[in-house]
Amino acid sequence: MAKVVVDVMPKPEILDPQGQAVAGALTRLGVSGVTDVRQGKHFVLEVDDTVDDETLERVAATLLANPVIEDWVVTRA
Amino acid sequence: MRIGVITFPGTLDDVDAARAVRYAGAEPVALWHADHDLKGVDAIIVPGGFSYGDYLRAGAIASIAPIMTEVVAAAGRGAPVLGICNGFQILCEAGLLPGALVRNAGLHFVCRDQRLRVESTATAWTGGLTVGQELLVPLKSGEGRYVADAATLEQLEAENRVVFRYAGGNPNGAVADIAGIASDDGRVVGLMPHPEHAIDPLTGPSNDGLGLFTSVLRATASAA
Repeated sequence: MAKVVVDVMPKPEILDPQGQAVAGALTRLGVSGVTDVRQGKHFVLEVDDTVDDETLERVAATLLANPVIEDWVVTRA
Repeated sequence: MRIGVITFPGTLDDVDAARAVRYAGAEPVALWHADHDLKGVDAIIVPGGFSYGDYLRAGAIASIAPIMTEVVAAAGRGAPVLGICNGFQILCEAGLLPGALVRNAGLHFVCRDQRLRVESTATAWTGGLTVGQELLVPLKSGEGRYVADAATLEQLEAENRVVFRYAGGNPNGAVADIAGIASDDGRVVGLMPHPEHAIDPLTGPSNDGLGLFTSVLRATASAA
């Protein structure tokens, strides 16, 4: 068994209003200096030895992320 | 003519879609997400709602439901498919339409009667409408902002596949005011606003939406 982490983020050119709302809330909290926030998703998968890198890439590209709007990174922990 | 209306867990607007089909003079056929059976229908509607609770991304889980395998195959054979709101999101996630729907700019869930301008009548679902005609139909969505990359947008515009644009103000920040698009063969159409809620002035802001459902009757009659 191994742990695999998939991080999914909106592509840089995609407006992220949720991240903007978080950044705005930080200002109201009195935190200054945070100039931008972008919000993504963090998946943790438990996989057995039969799951190869190619399969993981397929999992990320076809389900966990939408390639039209999101980038992703697959990391074996 | 028989038109299938799919129900997923979390679908809300299947009943109104079936009612719109009846108003148009066709027979609605209930289709179930977990089946591989399209029951021999002539066209398919993927209605709105919050399929699978919008988990992961709106429409993402529904797009790989068993019934969607059959919808994708039927679309490949030229069957008319209409995706409304969550149905539009599902068709994009399933790869039947290009681009994606993301959270509204400004984050507000928008619920209002929305004016739409008809941009193309070269589809199975808009053949009975007129280019430039305006429709007043309800819009109710939190993730209705259409996005696509520059090349896709250029192609959609060049091929006359932008079917509806928002009129009187862009409610969600959709690129180029796009409210609805079509597949390259014009048989698959998706839009965020809800024509099925605007088929009778008794229950909606107009009966402007009925034209989509009567259009598909003509489209299949002429194809047959």
